[in-house]
Amino acid sequence: MTAIAWQRRRATASRFWADFRSHRSALVGLGILLFFGLVAVFASVLADPAGLDVTKATAPAHAAPSGDHWLGTDQNGRSVLTLLIHGTRVSLIVGLAATAIAIVIGTVIGIMAGFYGGWARSTLMGLTDWFLVIPFLPLAIVMATVLGASLLNIIIVIGVTSWPGTARLVCAQTLSVRERPYMERARALGGGDWHQMTRHILPNVMPLVLAHVVLTVSVAILSETTLSFLGLGDPTRPSWGYILDNAYGTGAMSNGEWWFVLPPGLCVVAVVLAFTLVGRALEAVLNPRLREGS
Amino acid sequence: MSLLELRDLSVTYAGDVPAVRGVSLSVAPGEVLGVAGESGCGKSTITNAVLRLLPKSATVGGSVLLDGEDVHGMSFGRLRAVRWATASIVFQGALHSLNAVRTIGRQIAEPILLHEPKTSRKAADLRVGELLEQVGLPARRARDYPHQLSGGQRQRVMIALALACRPRLVIADEPTTALDVMVQAQVLQLLSGLVKDLGLALVLISHDLSVLGTTCDRVAVMYAGKVVEEGPASVVFDDSRHPYSGALAGAFPRVGDPRFRYAPAGLAGDPPYPGDLPAGCPFHPRCPVAFDRCSEAEVELLDVGAGRRAACLRAGEAS
Amino acid sequence: MSALAARGVHVRFGAARAVDGVDLEIGSGEIVALVGESGCGKSSLARALLGLVRPVRGTVECADRPLDYRRLKEFRRHVQLVLQDPSGSLNPRHTVYEAVAEGLRIHKVPGDERELVAAALSKAGLRPPERFFLRYPHELSGGQRQRVVIAGALVLEPDVLVADEPVSSLDASVRGEILALLLRLRTELGLSLLVVTHDLGLAWNIADRVAVMYLGRIVETGDTARVLTSPRHPYTKALLSVVPEIARQDPIVLKGEAPDPSRIPAGCRFRPRCPAYAAGLPAELAERCEKETLPVLPADRGHHAACVLP
Ligand SMILES: Nc1ncnc2c1ncn2[C@@H]1O[C@H](COP(=O)(O)OP(=O)(O)OP(=O)(O)O)[C@@H](O)[C@H]1O
Ligand SMILES: Nc1ncnc2c1ncn2[C@@H]1O[C@H](COP(=O)(O)OP(=O)(O)OP(=O)(O)O)[C@@H](O)[C@H]1O
Ligand code: SF4
Ligand code: SF4
Ligand SMILES: [Mg+2]
Ligand SMILES: [Mg+2]
Repeated sequence: MTAIAWQRRRATASRFWADFRSHRSALVGLGILLFFGLVAVFASVLADPAGLDVTKATAPAHAAPSGDHWLGTDQNGRSVLTLLIHGTRVSLIVGLAATAIAIVIGTVIGIMAGFYGGWARSTLMGLTDWFLVIPFLPLAIVMATVLGASLLNIIIVIGVTSWPGTARLVCAQTLSVRERPYMERARALGGGDWHQMTRHILPNVMPLVLAHVVLTVSVAILSETTLSFLGLGDPTRPSWGYILDNAYGTGAMSNGEWWFVLPPGLCVVAVVLAFTLVGRALEAVLNPRLREGS
Repeated sequence: MSLLELRDLSVTYAGDVPAVRGVSLSVAPGEVLGVAGESGCGKSTITNAVLRLLPKSATVGGSVLLDGEDVHGMSFGRLRAVRWATASIVFQGALHSLNAVRTIGRQIAEPILLHEPKTSRKAADLRVGELLEQVGLPARRARDYPHQLSGGQRQRVMIALALACRPRLVIADEPTTALDVMVQAQVLQLLSGLVKDLGLALVLISHDLSVLGTTCDRVAVMYAGKVVEEGPASVVFDDSRHPYSGALAGAFPRVGDPRFRYAPAGLAGDPPYPGDLPAGCPFHPRCPVAFDRCSEAEVELLDVGAGRRAACLRAGEAS
Repeated sequence: MSALAARGVHVRFGAARAVDGVDLEIGSGEIVALVGESGCGKSSLARALLGLVRPVRGTVECADRPLDYRRLKEFRRHVQLVLQDPSGSLNPRHTVYEAVAEGLRIHKVPGDERELVAAALSKAGLRPPERFFLRYPHELSGGQRQRVVIAGALVLEPDVLVADEPVSSLDASVRGEILALLLRLRTELGLSLLVVTHDLGLAWNIADRVAVMYLGRIVETGDTARVLTSPRHPYTKALLSVVPEIARQDPIVLKGEAPDPSRIPAGCRFRPRCPAYAAGLPAELAERCEKETLPVLPADRGHHAACVLP
């Protein structure tokens, strides 16, 4: 039986892949993500981590690109390329981890709010709306200042500020799933709230959440860049935002040191764009399936 | 002369799905023809073929004559004139597809204004009121939105909509499915009244043979894209010559008839998929009286007397 | 002994008195049909009997004991539900196996799950069961889906099955099969059955007893053969007269739609649409129609009608 079950799962997966592949832009996005993923994983191989150490930097500061330093150097004489490669790792980790936090919070709150009506929903959705309307930056700045600048804190700050979108989406979907006759059947079978939420609602909101994850990651990366750019990042772990911050802080922008500014900026744009492309395609592929229910 | 005549009509959907396979039927003014058959046997496909509403990828064979004129040979302008004004359709399940944000009055006025652009707004409103009264709704309900009406009332609006351009032929596709018995009776009574008063030709499509038995003059029973039995309504229902019509009639028991007490009649198996039909008589895998020849011989619709036709190798025996 | 009973049950949704005082018993091994037009409160009564909505007044009894709403889970093993639309009542993301095993897992029923699931599927007429284990609902026909729903209920070995319009969304030819299955479950497993329907033919087909409901009340009840061949209440007569059939009395088509349960008229609740009253009754009877509050019909096996006419 399990053999057939696996066969079925494989068939479903290959159908999914065929659908996904039909979205050209999604494949481009996937390619870009794959590239950055590899860079992040092999960062230490691609560029010696020792190059991040300010004390060991030997090259001149603010040097233009050359054979030794393809993308020039920063204000401390460190290679911008090395910073960029290691920044990829930090930026991706922050993006993914913060998203994981946001998705878990958002899904739990969304399902609870949708499943329980009454005061539970008003309270939870009120909280969600509150998080949605207060501007992200001031809140994040306050939190980051209070918690102190470390990678973990950055992740937490971004995670707990970016769940409301997910919660709204999940709540709406839960509301529609809740009214399906199979929910009544589950109740009549004796299934409690936990059973109904985990066995029926969760599987039916998951595809939507999955598509949303990808979009959330790109927002989280942007947020990280913003926070680091504002000097709230972890100074010991350079991210793309950190590079931009340094560039700005040392006047690289006004001095026309394009190598210092452009590469991290382009990286952010490329990754955000790639995640968005993939997310849009996932949404398109998963959504009709959700409706026809196969 | 018959108002609508189907001559050996066949429709094949893309992907080699023969949904209708050679159907010949006709309806005269003032006559009600019933078409019965279970889900997927091609009833709605016929409806759509009559007004050329099939997807472009479908291939159509045979001919559809409206007033003697072949619908599939008409120019597009002529076709537009014919739709609504000569023949109109009450679509299956359409009562759920009324536009939710427009009053039903405006929705009924739309085809009138489209077909007779010179009609004044006032004249159109008057006609809408007339139509609503005709289907048993007070004219003031024209200002209501669909959600303010019950299912039965919405179905009446759909019928009013179909009558808007005074067609001479109305095709009602499952007009009473999903309505309860009392509302169903109201809608059927309304349709019969319209046939009598306006001399309409009516094609009534339903999966419920008992509905057709009371309302129709003649019925045709379809199975797997073909007519398997045709004849006067009461005899087809009471004394069918095809085992499939018998099973359909039995599925809706006669209250008070002891034969049906504790004996729900059913039919084993599922309806065949049109893309994958069994050889011989397509009904043979489910037929309770099938014999060896049934799985080989091609079965044609044959006269079995008294204006009746049946497509069964055994049709001659039973009487 | 009654397997499941309603005693003076009232169900409200805001101002709507969906069920307005109902006594009804389903004896063990008995098939009772609850008939009436759309919106008369049939489903609400069924849901109250299943403990899915709590009556504002009255009690539900299971095996002669009042239903304890704190111990619903245990009750659920005795009374099971089959819904109208089999496509909707199966989660599209669960296989047939998971759908049937769901009840077993909820109640942590001991024994070999696979065997129990296979047995339930066979009982519901899906044979060989293994062939259906891994199918998803969209790969089944309507009749097969309804069988899966029935199997999912049977797997818990309930005493009572409440079926809300079990065949109304199914094809004509499949209908009989499902009804035959329900009948067989009664004879083979001794199951009691409450069938909710607006189809009198179905009641004639399988029910021992019929209860006709109108605007939240049962207005006529009794042995199926008696009620359907010699109805006493004008509403039952009207319902019977519109069952589409050949060569019978003229249909009494009631005007208007199902009435509003938030505005139940005083006196006899059927009076605004009653053909007998409209045709003119002796003044003394007519006054009773207008003023007299008719009593709730008893739940016994007799033939009763809530009407002032004899
Ligand atoms: N556009 C289409 N493309 C391909 N196949 C189609 C299309 N429309 C219908 N079919 C198939 O043609 C067959 C006949 O469909 P049709 O809608 O005519 O059935 P029907 O008799 O009206 O059934 P129902 O009672 O469910 O309305 C079905 O098997 C259906 O799956
Ligand atoms: N959850 C609800 N909230 C508010 N009103 C409800 C609810 N459920 C049912 N009602 C109302 O209660 C009345 C009885 O409804 P019920 O569903 O019991 O009718 P029914 O006899 O089962 O009808 P049908 O044959 O259409 O299923 C209706 O007027 C309905 O509008
Ligand atoms: S031809 Fe044979 S299989 Fe077909 S309906 Fe007649 S007896 Fe049955
Ligand atoms: S009590 Fe009067 S109004 Fe009510 S059903 Fe009987 S005759 Fe009709
Ligand atoms: Mg159809
Ligand atoms: Mg109901």
